[in-house]
Amino acid sequence: MKNKAISYPYIGWMGIFVVAPILIITLYAFTADAGGFTLANFRDMAQYASAFGRSFLLAAVATVICLLMGYPLAYYLARETGWLRRMATMLIMLPMWMNFLLRTYSWKFLLERNGLLNAFFGLFGLGPFQMIDTQGAIVLGMVYNFLPYMVLPIFSVIEKIDPKVIEAAQDLGADSFTVFRRVTFPLSLPGVLSGITMVFIPSVSTFAISRLLGGSKTLLLGNLIDMQFLGSAYNPHLGSAISLVMMVIVMVCMAVMNHFGDGEQGVTL
Amino acid sequence: MSKELIRLTDCVVKYDDEVVLDRLNLYINDKEFLTLLGPSGCGKTTTLRIIGGFQKPTSGDVFFDGKRINDLPPHKRKVNTVFQKYALFTHMNIFENVAFGLRIQKRPEKEIEQRVEEALELVNLPGYGKRSVDSLSGGQQQRVAIARAIVNRPQVLLLDEPLGALDLKLRKDMQVELKKIQQQVGITFIYVTHDQEEALTMSDTVVVMDKGNIQQIGTPQDIYNEPKNAFVADFIGESNIIDGTMPEDRVVRMYGKKFACLDGGFAPGEAVDVVIRPEDIDIVPVEQGQLTGTVTEVTFKGMHYDIIVDFQGFKWLIQTTDYSPVGARIGVKIDPDGFHIMKKSRYSGMFGDYSSYSSEYDELNEDTEADDEE
Repeated sequence: MKNKAISYPYIGWMGIFVVAPILIITLYAFTADAGGFTLANFRDMAQYASAFGRSFLLAAVATVICLLMGYPLAYYLARETGWLRRMATMLIMLPMWMNFLLRTYSWKFLLERNGLLNAFFGLFGLGPFQMIDTQGAIVLGMVYNFLPYMVLPIFSVIEKIDPKVIEAAQDLGADSFTVFRRVTFPLSLPGVLSGITMVFIPSVSTFAISRLLGGSKTLLLGNLIDMQFLGSAYNPHLGSAISLVMMVIVMVCMAVMNHFGDGEQGVTL
Repeated sequence: MSKELIRLTDCVVKYDDEVVLDRLNLYINDKEFLTLLGPSGCGKTTTLRIIGGFQKPTSGDVFFDGKRINDLPPHKRKVNTVFQKYALFTHMNIFENVAFGLRIQKRPEKEIEQRVEEALELVNLPGYGKRSVDSLSGGQQQRVAIARAIVNRPQVLLLDEPLGALDLKLRKDMQVELKKIQQQVGITFIYVTHDQEEALTMSDTVVVMDKGNIQQIGTPQDIYNEPKNAFVADFIGESNIIDGTMPEDRVVRMYGKKFACLDGGFAPGEAVDVVIRPEDIDIVPVEQGQLTGTVTEVTFKGMHYDIIVDFQGFKWLIQTTDYSPVGARIGVKIDPDGFHIMKKSRYSGMFGDYSSYSSEYDELNEDTEADDEE
């Protein structure tokens, strides 16, 4: 390609800010403070197994909720036309234009013990409920922040399905449920997979949401890593090892899922 | 012809104020190959969609086998459709595409396998079941679409410009093949096209449509030889359409001269449109000609020449195997059966003059015309 040169700046950027950090993290993960190769960091990680489990569990729960809420919405919007669709798309996009931290802070304000929601419940003599600093609050924060990343890819895939294909299925005797089950849903799977990826990965590695809404008791991977680099437990080697393991697990998850996606196509294609 | 199967009575389709179908009345016989023919936006696809159940008429009724089916959804109708761009299920292999309808009917696996293979054989794709949709060419995908519809043994197969995306050679082969398939399975085919040649080649009955109205219904021979108005004469094949009068039966007057013809039944002196097909005109020496004109354009077409001849300012198209150079004075002779006389219609004067020859001819030959009908 003659214009290969125009990609050099990006390649340079990738080298400095993606490849190099991964190499540094890998290096740190396998060394000790005193230098020299060690696996001690990975052994030390065992004590944080619960944080691993919790992170993946909460991210999975958030992803499932996003999917259950996002798919019907995306499906409906893709079939809708005119102002309603423009309006709804706008409403989905709107929060994304505002800083993520600000939005999460406002949830803190809503959920606090003396926050807006408890004040509201108080009017009816209810509560106060413990909402902030719970795992539920973390999942809520994840769903709230990442739902658009589930809706948009599914929406754009469903929207591109040729209406003639739907008509063909009806024509061959499929009622609307069968059309969905045999045609629309399988054809929308690529959107579902990329939606899951785009919700699950940021959820599993979040530390802002868990710190703001989860309090100090609920330790997630993101917080754990944060602590090793900037916090009290300063240990960049352990932090690097945790990051590395998390990255590998996420990559394995994605590979399995994509394989499952391909497999799905392979079976029927 | 056998019994009536489908009837549309006074079907009107309107989008807002735009009338797409204007009180359409049509009946279709069992086991008939019927073609809806017309230019883009004439309402032919809309008519097909009404029969398929994808479009409800704004008013009017649809009957199938004597029962009113206006409100019957597509999946409950005994018709299947072959769509314009195939609309195959890309997430399934060929076998599953064809088996789709049978699976919905919950047929036993053995029967499904057998019928799918039969259908694939019928469309000349035996053993293609395991292939993916993307690995097939356009022509093969079209065959799969036909197999997918036919495997359900519908009483009626609807075909919406199924050959529109294929190249010319393949299209000609498929025309013959479709006709063969129709005769083999012995069901009604309702075929939509804007290609007049396709319509004439395959159909038992041709329905010529324009602007939401039926212009003429008849056999291909009727439509070609006895067009009802200037639109049909122009749309089907090539026609020179000249203003004339009928002083008496079997005599037509044009260019101030009388010609013998075979038509009659008009009021004495009635103004008419005179259709003369380009191949019905003989070129003769000037002194023997009924009319004389000047050649203004010659185009070599392979089997014949298209020559444009100016007769007192009105240009005719003549198809001939004899070469005449541009500028030559020639005489023409037309046998009585070469004239076809039509009553004046709202299309009179709009067609049949070859003054703007090249552009019009190109337009008529537009094979890949985009059909944007909704």
